[in-house]
Amino acid sequence: MPRWSEIAGRLRGLGGLRALVSRRRPDAELLEELESTLLLGDVGVTATERILEAVRRSPDEPANALRRELLQALGGGAPLVRAAAGPTVTLAVGVNGTGKTTTLGKLAHRYRAEGRQVILVAADTFRAAAAEQLEVWARRTGAGFVGGSPGQDPAAVAYDGVEAALRRGLDDALVDTAGRLATEHNLMAELRKIHRSVGRAVSGAPHEVLLILDAGFGQNAVAQARRFTEAVAVTGLVLTKLDGISRGGAVVGIASELNLPVKLVGTGEGVSDLEPFDPEAYVDALLDTPDTAR
Amino acid sequence: MFESLTQRLTASFARLRKKGQLSEADVVEALREVRVALLEADVNLRVVQGLVARIREEATGQAVLQSLSPTQSVIRIVHEALKETLGGVSTRPPLSGQDLTVWMLMGLQGAGKTTAAAKLGLLLTREGRRPLLVAADRQRPAAIRQLELLGQRVGVPVFAGSETDDALAVARGVAVQARRLGRDVAIVDTAGRLSIDAALMAELRAVKQVLAPRAMILVVDAMTGQAAVEVAQQFRDEVGLDGVILTKLDGDARAGAALSMRSAVGCPIYWASTGEKPEALEVFHPERMASRILGMGDVLTLIERAQAAVDPAEVRRVEQRLRQGTLTMDDFLDQLRQVRRMGPIGDLLKMIPGLNRVLPKGTSIDEHALVEVEAIIQSMTVRERQHPEVIDASRRRRIARGSGTSVQAVNRLLKQFEDLRRLMKSQKGARRPGVGPIGPFGPRLP
Ligand SMILES: Nc1nc2c(ncn2[C@@H]2O[C@H](COP(=O)(O)OP(=O)(O)O)[C@@H](O)[C@H]2O)c(=O)[nH]1
Ligand SMILES: [Mg+2]
Repeated sequence: MPRWSEIAGRLRGLGGLRALVSRRRPDAELLEELESTLLLGDVGVTATERILEAVRRSPDEPANALRRELLQALGGGAPLVRAAAGPTVTLAVGVNGTGKTTTLGKLAHRYRAEGRQVILVAADTFRAAAAEQLEVWARRTGAGFVGGSPGQDPAAVAYDGVEAALRRGLDDALVDTAGRLATEHNLMAELRKIHRSVGRAVSGAPHEVLLILDAGFGQNAVAQARRFTEAVAVTGLVLTKLDGISRGGAVVGIASELNLPVKLVGTGEGVSDLEPFDPEAYVDALLDTPDTAR
Repeated sequence: MFESLTQRLTASFARLRKKGQLSEADVVEALREVRVALLEADVNLRVVQGLVARIREEATGQAVLQSLSPTQSVIRIVHEALKETLGGVSTRPPLSGQDLTVWMLMGLQGAGKTTAAAKLGLLLTREGRRPLLVAADRQRPAAIRQLELLGQRVGVPVFAGSETDDALAVARGVAVQARRLGRDVAIVDTAGRLSIDAALMAELRAVKQVLAPRAMILVVDAMTGQAAVEVAQQFRDEVGLDGVILTKLDGDARAGAALSMRSAVGCPIYWASTGEKPEALEVFHPERMASRILGMGDVLTLIERAQAAVDPAEVRRVEQRLRQGTLTMDDFLDQLRQVRRMGPIGDLLKMIPGLNRVLPKGTSIDEHALVEVEAIIQSMTVRERQHPEVIDASRRRRIARGSGTSVQAVNRLLKQFEDLRRLMKSQKGARRPGVGPIGPFGPRLP
């Protein structure tokens, strides 16, 4: 079970970048090196150009300027929102396979460890065995479980689950949704409907709408994130699979363009592989993205 | 957002042209746009650098400098280079004649292996093979159940061993099970794993040793970023890699990973997965992929889908009725269904080059409206469908109720239908060649 700090540490000092970054002025060689690093970290051309321009202009040492720019774009972490009264409702949304179900499972574990009463709600009635997958997480974490039958209206299942949390006086309802590509008009409409129906069951819900992003994704993640935020009021980002070799740099552009905080990171498949986002550690790891592809 | 490469190149050349003749340096300058386009498509940086160097060599030749449309010349050169890199004709993994063929699927978590396994099962069944799906993902909760359900759906048996079996134990049972069920191809779904996870990579090697697969197939998400190359190289070096299935191509990712696979990893792309339905597995077309990576639309796929969805005899029949002005609501419904069979309308529009630019930003196609039209027509009697002019106010109310829509919606459809008939009548005599299935209805659908 690798901790995020360990992962960041493992990567530290990989490239020749660190030596270059200690230079006092941003010369051409340094800027080119920085550009490659950011591009290979999936930061993308647009965000990279903007950041490098700021570094070039800054009177500060490039290393400091760069860190500051990245941290500013990421906008610091943010705590998870709690409902003032009644159950806190969290909705996980995102593209297929990014880790929505797993993230909610891990979140349930975390909340259970804090002594809360949690229910996992399987509003993914589309993918084969999606409900069973979440149910396994419920058993693992001692959370309650509500699921529908295959093909049932996911908004109705979400409503039932959240309503059950309210009725039973539970602390948290974690609602899992089916993966969807944001280009699918009707599936995005379905997502809006789930969002609305959760709000009908508990006023003010959902309190958190977490967009789950796969660290392995490249620039299409930006377009996906944009459309998800257009469809529902996303409140925060979760970056998963940071235990792999990808750093998920697209999140830099996403966080700054959409003004959304990264709230959690996923670092494995185990129950406790979910941590609060640490922008400093993340920036370190990003700047040490290995460059081995030839 | 991304503007098409064509646009950017044109702007770049126009700027440079102002100075008079194009110089070699000008072309090099314009090639920056090519670099940006490739990076935005998630082609690996090192691959981009190699490609741009190669394109530069060709593009700085006299032909481009003197051509009237340097944009077109450069695009052609870039397109050719990509196509070549992506490989020629599409290939597929080998099948043995008599003995059991084993194909193993592997990849990162969430890439789409299980779905791909079921799709291959269906594909092979349709080709007259007798496939067996093997559930060797013993890691992810309910992964076995997912494969079993998908197997049921596509009518392919699933071998899952006993509950406590690990991947290796399942692998050991495959040959016997395949013989017992008379199966000739085993498609093995394995757990998602990180290429840097030594223990799980060792497991994969062990499973491979037991099964002696004809093909080790890496399943790669079309949205994958820069690391696609390194991940694939690691799978190749650690366990061996023969080819790739690229998934989630029904989204709008430009899938630069495809290019990286060929040029940096050196393996072919067997199939492209384009949806969640079991049928959504397409042969990989390098030519189309090149266009997609450059953001230039995908007309060929569009045409192919149209051909698959549309019955030519039917087209001729409708064309005739259109010309005679005797079109009925039933014809209208048929056409609608044919268009819908080609996939989500939004997808179709995206495949048309340049259309993203012409359509107002944020245009979205309301699939629901099409469903509504279908419901309305289905609520009409046979006579009403043949002679829509008999539909009076009370009939309209009944149809609205029956279809769960509103009288306004019924009115709108009838009006559109009437307009269409009138338009066609006014053009009677004037032969309109090539009125295809989308032609008359496309722009008029609500
Ligand atoms: N290595 C790693 N795998 C993860 C992480 N989060 C999720 N996964 C895996 O990614 C795959 C897809 O996850 P799942 O939760 O089913 O995705 P969903 O389709 O978005 O619900 C599963 O195999 C998970 O175990 C993570 O942080 N690290
Ligand atoms: Mg899920």
